[in-house]
Amino acid sequence: MRIVAEHLSYTYNAKSPFETAALKDVSLTIEEGEFFGIIGHTGSGKSTFVQHLNGLLRLPSSMKKYRPKKPKKGQAPLPATVLKVGDFDLTDKKTNFRALRRSVGMVFQYPEYQLFAETVRDDVAFGLKNFSEEKLTDEELDSAVRAALEVVGLDFDELKDKSPFELSGGQKRRVAIAGVIVTRPEVLVLDEPAAGLDPLGKREIMELLHRLHREWCKTVVIVSHDMDEISENCTRAAVFADGRVECVLPPRELFRHAQRLTELGLDVPLTAKLCALLQERGIEIDCDFTVQDFCAKVLDYARSHPKQGGGRA
Amino acid sequence: MKDVSFGQFYPVDSFVHRLDPRLKILFLIAYIVAIFLATNFYGLAACAAVLLLTVVAAHIPLGKVLRAVRGVTFLVLFTAALNVLFYGGETVYWEWGIFCVSFEGIIFSVFLALRLVLLVVCSSLLTYTTTPVSLTDGVESLLTPLKWIRLPIHELALVMSIALRFIPILTDETQRIRNAQMARGADFESGGIIKKVKATIPILVPLLLSAFRRADELGDAMDARCYTGGKHRTKYKKLRFTWRDAVAFLVGAALVTGVVLMRIYLSAPY
Amino acid sequence: MKAIEFKDVSFRYEEEAPFAVTHLNFSVGEGEFVAVLGHNGSGKSTLARLANGLLTPDEGEIRVLGTLLGDKNLYEVRRNVGVVFQNPDNQTVATIVEDDVAFGAENVGLPREEIGRRIDFALRAVGMQDFRTATVARLSGGQKQRIAIAGVLALKPRIVILDESTAMLDPRGRREIVEVVTRLNKEEGITVVLITHFMEEALLADRAVVMNRGELVMQGTPREIFERREDLVTYNLALPRIGVICETLRAGGMDVGDTLDAGTLAEEIAKCVS
Repeated sequence: MRIVAEHLSYTYNAKSPFETAALKDVSLTIEEGEFFGIIGHTGSGKSTFVQHLNGLLRLPSSMKKYRPKKPKKGQAPLPATVLKVGDFDLTDKKTNFRALRRSVGMVFQYPEYQLFAETVRDDVAFGLKNFSEEKLTDEELDSAVRAALEVVGLDFDELKDKSPFELSGGQKRRVAIAGVIVTRPEVLVLDEPAAGLDPLGKREIMELLHRLHREWCKTVVIVSHDMDEISENCTRAAVFADGRVECVLPPRELFRHAQRLTELGLDVPLTAKLCALLQERGIEIDCDFTVQDFCAKVLDYARSHPKQGGGRA
Repeated sequence: MKDVSFGQFYPVDSFVHRLDPRLKILFLIAYIVAIFLATNFYGLAACAAVLLLTVVAAHIPLGKVLRAVRGVTFLVLFTAALNVLFYGGETVYWEWGIFCVSFEGIIFSVFLALRLVLLVVCSSLLTYTTTPVSLTDGVESLLTPLKWIRLPIHELALVMSIALRFIPILTDETQRIRNAQMARGADFESGGIIKKVKATIPILVPLLLSAFRRADELGDAMDARCYTGGKHRTKYKKLRFTWRDAVAFLVGAALVTGVVLMRIYLSAPY
Repeated sequence: MKAIEFKDVSFRYEEEAPFAVTHLNFSVGEGEFVAVLGHNGSGKSTLARLANGLLTPDEGEIRVLGTLLGDKNLYEVRRNVGVVFQNPDNQTVATIVEDDVAFGAENVGLPREEIGRRIDFALRAVGMQDFRTATVARLSGGQKQRIAIAGVLALKPRIVILDESTAMLDPRGRREIVEVVTRLNKEEGITVVLITHFMEEALLADRAVVMNRGELVMQGTPREIFERREDLVTYNLALPRIGVICETLRAGGMDVGDTLDAGTLAEEIAKCVS
């Protein structure tokens, strides 16, 4: 499912003294099959944008917010807002939001804190039960839960009757993710999926997301503060700043603008930092900012610019 | 933190913000007394005037004040409607069974609605202009005499201030959990009452667990900072009366006296 | 005199449960900056709670600045050992920054003027003096944790323990905190114990120790620890990215040493090429 947003604006507390424009004329297209990254500060509008993708921030009662303001006399009419996820037209009141939510899975920050059921099986099955039109048999539920737990790397038979609150932190997060992907959404959106984990846990979660991307959900969108995470995992990334989209680029090009990112108060990956430091010393490294490529390019450079005096290259 | 207007501190610097919280609490009490002593529109007008003055002196935008009123619109209209219908009275315009709309009934309802609105605005002004901490300090200080009968005033005050501090955090959290469960297809709107109550379990369980976890961690953090209860404790923010408090005190006193005098000497038409 | 001294300390949360900390011998010198590394569940957080009496050891003894920790002197010990915890939202008692920083100082009954001075000192020490009357809820995660540190500093402790205080922060917030504690250690001479699972943060410490299954398994300078990467992997500690880079470059024949600092690495690479 392709995600298309054009001229999307959103204001919290409209017409009150606390009015804050969270999104200002945002246009952004995410192609099917991407592993897309969204970067930005707290308050940059990234969470607001993401919550539009499955209609959480677009209930029918808030339709008004989508209607563009009437143009002033003598001005061209403002362009219409477009928000489409696959065939779902989110600006249309009649859209089937349940079906949309089934197709767009959303994992919030610290998803383990949203677990509630008595057993792991019941918690994972929750979404499935909610979304299916007719009542599923226990066998159907079990097989779907089993598959979801397996893909996140957990053992169904071992965990199904356990309370989700007895599990370790990493397991809880996996169970929570299983509870979202159990309906086999085509698009999976995750807000800071690795937040609060130790480095090993972070790596495992990113590996899990790649597995999901290969086998389970066509499109994966992650919101992250961690530029290393973005540069190593994403096909493209959008930078949000002050309610607008600053740019949408593959990491390889994005992190060449290290200075601009720093101005926006954002970090750059370690590899980009090293490239900048090397550049100061007259060494130009042109890499895609993954650790492997950076190392390969540095070694290439060393081979083509061997140290004078016959030192090791 | 989108819709918790009532009881939220509004951080600007103003005359009212700087008043001693004890005085503000006493002023509120005096004001409520004045509202209910005011039996004619002159008295109520005086109350409204004082309140308007306070709003201006507090630098609170009018919209914010009105938002507090909006929360109780239904209550005000409902009680007013009941009173119009059941008040009785002499100048009857319309009558049907036990219902009766009279001139006196309408006047009384308007009166009551005005009182309620003034009451709500005045109490929300207190919370807009006073941080939860100084509010609790004020309450604690005013209730100090009760320590003599061994009521744990200090602990109660602290509990209150921590509760106020965590309201926005837990409100945010509720919203987040709600969104997360909605994303998993939870439906909180349709169905009968039983279905609706059942539907809140996926919100309530995580919310309670989170509240306990937070309480636990906060307890440790307080212990680590040498908290041992009210004994030996000092206060950084000593409550002190200043000229501002004197002014506010005079205004409050004048209002109550004025209203009482108007009640006695000014025979208004209503 | 040692700032903190653990002698053969064992502790478990429940009877029959496995020990969270077993026969631990560990000490921190006065004025030292020690990083405690370990994966989740290695027992490193238990260490913090034992050191200021939030938990009582089942076996062994703990001394803080020479005083044996017991029920009677908890209060005194806690004045000297400040702990900053993990979640920035669950440590502040008050709504306004200065009120929260004052909390500890109020608890120990300091006079008002002194509390005012302590707030000045503490907020300046964490670089938050401009936020004195700000609302805590509106601060960023890193700023909230700095306020939590200030709240601890207001008691003028001689030891500050950070119990995974960076775990929930973004990279920028993490850097802020590490900078603040390094400054506290160098400029104020405060003993710092930084408990973390990010090896990068250990770089500036005088000494690093690694915990695994409740035991202290490695110790040395951060660099020494870092060089024993096979061991680190067995203790479930991930090599930081910069470590992976150093290793890959070396494997490719480039003569670079191990470092956790990007500037040093760039310098070393520059030396290897013309």
